[in-house]
This record gives sequence, C-alpha cells and structure tokens, in this order.
Amino acid sequence: MEILMAWRNVWRNPRRSVLTILAIAFACLLLIFMLSFQFGMYEVMINAAVKVQTGHLQVIAKDYDKDMKMRWVVEDPQAVGDLMLAVPHITAHTFRANGFALLSSRDRTYGGMVTGVLPAREREISSTASTIRQGAYLEPGDTNQAVVGSLLAKNLHISVGDELVLLGNARDGSIAATVLNVKGVFSSGMDEYDRSAIQIPLPYFQEVFAMRGAVHQVVAVCDSLTAVGPAQSTVTGNLPKVKSKRNLECKSWDELLPGLIQSIQMDLGGGIIFYLILIVVVAFSIMNTFLMAVFERTHEFGTLMAIGAKPARLTKMLLYESAFLTSCGIILGIAAGCALTIYVESTGITLGEAQGMLRQYGIPNVMRPELSWLTAVTGPFVVFFITMLTALYPAFKVRKLKPVEAMHAI
Amino acid sequence: MQLQLAWRNIWRNPRRTLIILTAVVIGAWTMLFFGALSRGMAESMLTNSINNLTGHIQIQKQGYRDDPVVENRINDPTPIKALLDQDLPPEAKWAFRIEVNGVASNARNSKGVTIVGIDPDREPDLSFYGQSVTEGRALRPDDAHGILVGQGLLDSMDTKPGRKIVLMTQGADKETASRAFKIRGVYRAELEATEKRYVFVTLPAARKLLGVKNAVTSACIRLPEREQVGPMAETLGKHLPKGLSLLTWEDMLPLLTGYLSMFDSFMFLWYLVVFVAMGFGIVNTTLMAVLERTREFGLLKALGMKPARIVRGVLTECLILLLVGLVAGNALGLLTVLVLSGGIDLSFMAEGSQYFGMSHLIFPKLMARDVVAANGVILVLGLLVSLYPALKAGRITPVEAMAQT
Repeated sequence: MEILMAWRNVWRNPRRSVLTILAIAFACLLLIFMLSFQFGMYEVMINAAVKVQTGHLQVIAKDYDKDMKMRWVVEDPQAVGDLMLAVPHITAHTFRANGFALLSSRDRTYGGMVTGVLPAREREISSTASTIRQGAYLEPGDTNQAVVGSLLAKNLHISVGDELVLLGNARDGSIAATVLNVKGVFSSGMDEYDRSAIQIPLPYFQEVFAMRGAVHQVVAVCDSLTAVGPAQSTVTGNLPKVKSKRNLECKSWDELLPGLIQSIQMDLGGGIIFYLILIVVVAFSIMNTFLMAVFERTHEFGTLMAIGAKPARLTKMLLYESAFLTSCGIILGIAAGCALTIYVESTGITLGEAQGMLRQYGIPNVMRPELSWLTAVTGPFVVFFITMLTALYPAFKVRKLKPVEAMHAI
Repeated sequence: MQLQLAWRNIWRNPRRTLIILTAVVIGAWTMLFFGALSRGMAESMLTNSINNLTGHIQIQKQGYRDDPVVENRINDPTPIKALLDQDLPPEAKWAFRIEVNGVASNARNSKGVTIVGIDPDREPDLSFYGQSVTEGRALRPDDAHGILVGQGLLDSMDTKPGRKIVLMTQGADKETASRAFKIRGVYRAELEATEKRYVFVTLPAARKLLGVKNAVTSACIRLPEREQVGPMAETLGKHLPKGLSLLTWEDMLPLLTGYLSMFDSFMFLWYLVVFVAMGFGIVNTTLMAVLERTREFGLLKALGMKPARIVRGVLTECLILLLVGLVAGNALGLLTVLVLSGGIDLSFMAEGSQYFGMSHLIFPKLMARDVVAANGVILVLGLLVSLYPALKAGRITPVEAMAQT
C-alpha cells in the first residue's frame, strides 16, 4: 500500500522528480566513468611495469631490490626454480643477472644496465621480445649478441649489426670486458628503461661478469594479480630450504615498485576526496527536493494523521518515495555510465600534448577505461547511501507534525 | 525596489535558501581550494625541474640538447660572457657549466651519473647545488680533486666523505677518460633520483677530465621572475653568436610545458563538472520557488506587471542567491588556502610524490585567473540555468493562476 502511494506521490510533480533523478544519474555516470578510467589506467601502469621490469614475484638476496649490488646473488638459482615449479598459480619463471657497465660504440660512451636473460623463458615473462623495433630478439644459442633499448641505441649512435664494447665490474671485483653485437633494438615505451637497458644471454653474462653460476633475480609470473599474495607466502615459506650465504627473500611487484603503488594511492586518494565532495554537492542539491516534498504537503499529512495514519507509516512512505527517486536515478546513471564507458573503451582517448609526460609513467598514448563490477557499482552505492541519509531528515521531521496544526497550514 | 523585493522573497523560505546556499558554497569552495592545490602541485613540479640544473634560459652549442656529449661543447665561451654581462639585468644570475654523462665507480660499485662541472662561487644561486650540503662542505673554486655527491649515491656506493671516487667519461679525443676525486661533501635534494644522478666537480677539474682547455657545454641563466624569460630570451637571441642555440625552460622541459598547457583545460572541465552537480539543485529549487508562487505571479500579472519584469525578478533572486553563496564560498576557500599556506606535508606519500617529480611539501597556490574562472562559471552558468524557471514564471497567465487553488 505505502509502496503504491509513494510511487504515485513521486510522479505528482514530474518535473521536480525528473530533475532530481537527473542530478543523481549525473553523479553516478561521472563516478562510474572516472573510476573505470582510473582503474583502467592503473592496470595499464602496473602491467607495463610488471611486464617490462619486475614480473609478479622475485626471489633475490636480501635488499637487492633497494641496491643492486653485484655481490648480492642467488647462488643456486636451480633450487629456487625447482621450488617455484611446485607452487600453484606460478605460471613461469626465469633467471636474470644485472650489472652496470660502460658501453662504448664507435663514437659514443654511455653507462647502461646490462641484464643477462634466458631468451626462451624471458619471452613468456616479459614483453621485451614483442617490443623489438629493429632486428630480432635473442635466441637460446646466442653468445655475444645484445638487444638494446631504443633511446640508448639512439644516444650511442648504433643500430642492428654494430659493435658495442662493454666495460664493467665483475662479481669478484675484477674488470668485465667484452665486445657485443647488436642484434635488436627494443622500445618498451618506458623512457627510463629504454634509456639504460641492454640485454644479453644469461650464460654469456655469467661468463663475462664471473658469476660462477649465480644470478641476481629469480623472476616469476602468476596467472592473476590476486594469486600473487598466496604464491608469495608459499615461496617465502619454502625459501629457508635453499642454501645461500646471504639470506634470500621473496618480494612481490608492489614491494619492488613502491613508487608506483604510492603514486596510484595518491591519485586514487585525490580522486576519492573529489568524488566525495561531488556527492555532497549533489546531496545538498537534492535535499531540497526531499524537504519540499514534505513541507508543501503539511496539510495532506495532517489529514492522513487525522484519519488514523501512524507517524511510522508516514515515515515509511516518505522513505519509499526517496528510495524510488534515488533508485531511478541510480539505474539511469548506471545504464548511462556503463554505456559511456563501454563506448570510450572501444574508441579510447588520446591525450594530445600530455602523452609525452604520461609515457614516463608507462601509460600508453591511447587510454581506455576499464569497466568492472567494482567500478560500476561502488560509485552508485555510495550515492545511494548518502542520498538516503539526506532523506532521513525530512522523513523523521514529519513525525513531529500535530494533525490539527498541520491541517491549518495551506 | 526590485532588489529589495527579491531579497525578501528569498528569505520567505529560509530553510530552502540555506540548503541551496550550502550547495553553492561547497561548490565554490571546492573549486577554489582544489584549484589552488593542483596549481601548487604543478608549481612544485616546475620549481623542482627548474632547480634541477635547468634554470630559466640556457645557451648551448646547437645539437647539444639532443646529443649531450663533449663533442658538442662551446670551445670559446668569452663572447657569451661578454653578451651576458652586457644584456642581463644586474639581479639576474648566470654561470658556465660542463655537463656530461659518465660513470662513477669505486672498488665495489659503479653507477651511471651526470658529471657537472660548476663554478662554486656562482652555482649556488642557480640550482639546488649548495642549498643543502649535509656532510662535509661544498666545493672551493681551486679544488682540483674534490667532488660533491648526493646522499642517495653515497649510500648505494657504500662510501663516505673523504673516500675516493673515480669518474669515467668520454674525453674530447673520443677515448675513455678517467680521473680520481675525493668526496668533499654530500648534498641532499628533494628527489632521490636527483641525488643519485648528479655529481659536482669544479669547472677546471671537469675540463681536465675531458681534456679541453676553456670549453664549457652551457651557460645557465636564472632571472628574478619567470615572467621575464620570454622578453629576455628575445633580447639575447638577437646578439647570439653563430652556432649557438638559446633554450628557455619551456624548450628544455617539453613534457612539463605540455602538461601545464593542458592544465587550464583540465581545471575548466573540472569546474564544469562541479557546476553541473550544483546546477541541478539551483534549477530545482528555483523552479519550486516559482511554481508554488503561481497564484502570486498570476495576481501580479492581473495587476498589470509585464512578463519581462517577472522574469527579471526571478533572475534577481537567483543572482542574489549565487552572489551570497559565492562570497561565502570564496571567503571559505581563501581561508583554507591561508590556513594551509605553510604547506601540506605529503611525506607519508614521499615515494609517490617523487614519482611525479613533486616535493613532499605542497603549497596551495591561489591564482587570480582561477578565482575569476571559478566564479565566472558559477555566476554565468547559474544565471543561464535559472532562465528556465524564470521564463516559466513569466509565462504564467492570470486566468490559470487564479484557477489554481
């Protein structure tokens, strides 16, 4: 009964109701789109960083991530690798070793980070192989071949087929020197990485840098981001079984990239404050509708009470009215928000002049929002909650009405 | 008369008016405060970048910017010195530098760094150099073997003041040149990346390392105000010796410049969004205020009032509402910015803010332009949307109004 009355009351003043519904719908639409956009961006940033650099999990000597010291090694990578094979959700793993070196071409010298990789396994883990611009990626049988970051290649004035002299410190402190052949040039899209990275086959790296079979990182990827946590604790639990001079530790991508996570938190935090303020502005906008709906009907409520309607029933009816209004707005908002998001998801947004800036953070030129249950429902839910909160005031105010006085009101 | 009428009409229903005022106040406050905050962040990024050895204007050999190597050096800097001494205002600062990429190494570690040869007397006015030497001391002009390194580099190379560091780079003869330096002091910078990247030696020491005589790679200029850069660059550009290029900070920081140029559109878009949220409330409230006064407007018309006057009356009411809201909102925004003018500490997010190249202390910056834009958006659009209820009121006919109970 109250439901029917409430529904009809909503449409007694269609213009007002439609405006209110539109205000709520606008807030929902905006929240859905912006949240989808932000989350889409974060996922791209995370994936880019994980794919290009860290992988989901790494087993390293303690503190190697903070300070890449040559002597902090994983001495028995095979043992760690065997351990990883047994962990569920870990889909692939590989070994890497890194050393800083001076790279000289015919007429230029630059410093760079040399990484020894296992070409076949690296393909399954990182995106470097797929971002080769020139030449080809490393093959398992290669020896003194190298793939070079595009900006480093540009700085060194080299291209595929050129020679490159490498000069660095080996694990034992001696000098590591060799001549490399440039086999390919890659462009990961992350300028910082492309400016300094060079990859050579791991066995050759171990020989040149006197690694004696050791590596620096055992990198693993999981089947999904959510599986990283459990996989990490399993690996950490099993690590003490592997013998090593310096304690080993297993770190996840978010621990390896604290700057990335904090920048995401910062962006999201700023976004949330902004959204809350927006919702509050909307709430004040529609609070008037709810209030008016009560005050202009004082006479009516008086009559209803006089013929025996309990205050509780009036409150209930008013809350139903607000709920109807809000729900209509939210449904409309979700529909429009999802439609807009899906449309932009298919077309993408180009960022014009800002794209160069964003490339630094690994964000591609075309950004796409990503609609998920979380982004589609969170915003509208908060809007519903806050608008219903504002509706409480008039709904309870009505209880204080005295039938006689109320019926005197016009 | 009309003004007084409108003012009284507004307060016929104080509760309703107060609620809509709150919406306008919060809207205006948000626009101002968050506008100031974002400007502060952008300003922080810009200040950091300019302090980061960029300066306001640099004079370099053509091609050095794309390929910053010793080959692209300026062999004889005397004409530049003459030019700068003549053309620059006395309060402007400038200095020569040698800036090349190289490697710093000790027994255990090697790191890629940018070697900066500086004039110890002049450099402190130009960049972060010398502002925060935490251990040891800054370089002295005659120091042939001293080096100043960042805390970040010091830590990652496991060394301390007094120890040696070998710098390696490509010399003028294209061979690898190296030279040992003693750590005289340690500096701290806003960003850890900066501390890890730059090492400072004296200009003569850098020349010796590279095997050049009087050469420099750039002259860096800092003017008292950023606004003077454009005209000054033009003046200097006219007399610039051949083969040299003059770069302003906008040329040297293209990414940041692009971002800043988009900043205004971002802000405006954002004002619009907040306004739309608020606009629904304004329309609805005014509409209700109009519709419940149908009888009154009908009566006024029957008494001979022109529709235009009714429209004007309703618009005046809206205008008063908006103005009162704006005054309060602006006052609140100003107050917030004032209270937070000591800076907002983001150090709990230090690594996140470093990621964006910002300091951990953000100073909200209220710009006249933003204040005008925010108030303009609210006022103009606010009046525009209240046209709808106002016209509605103007169209009420006496007959239908009287028929309504």
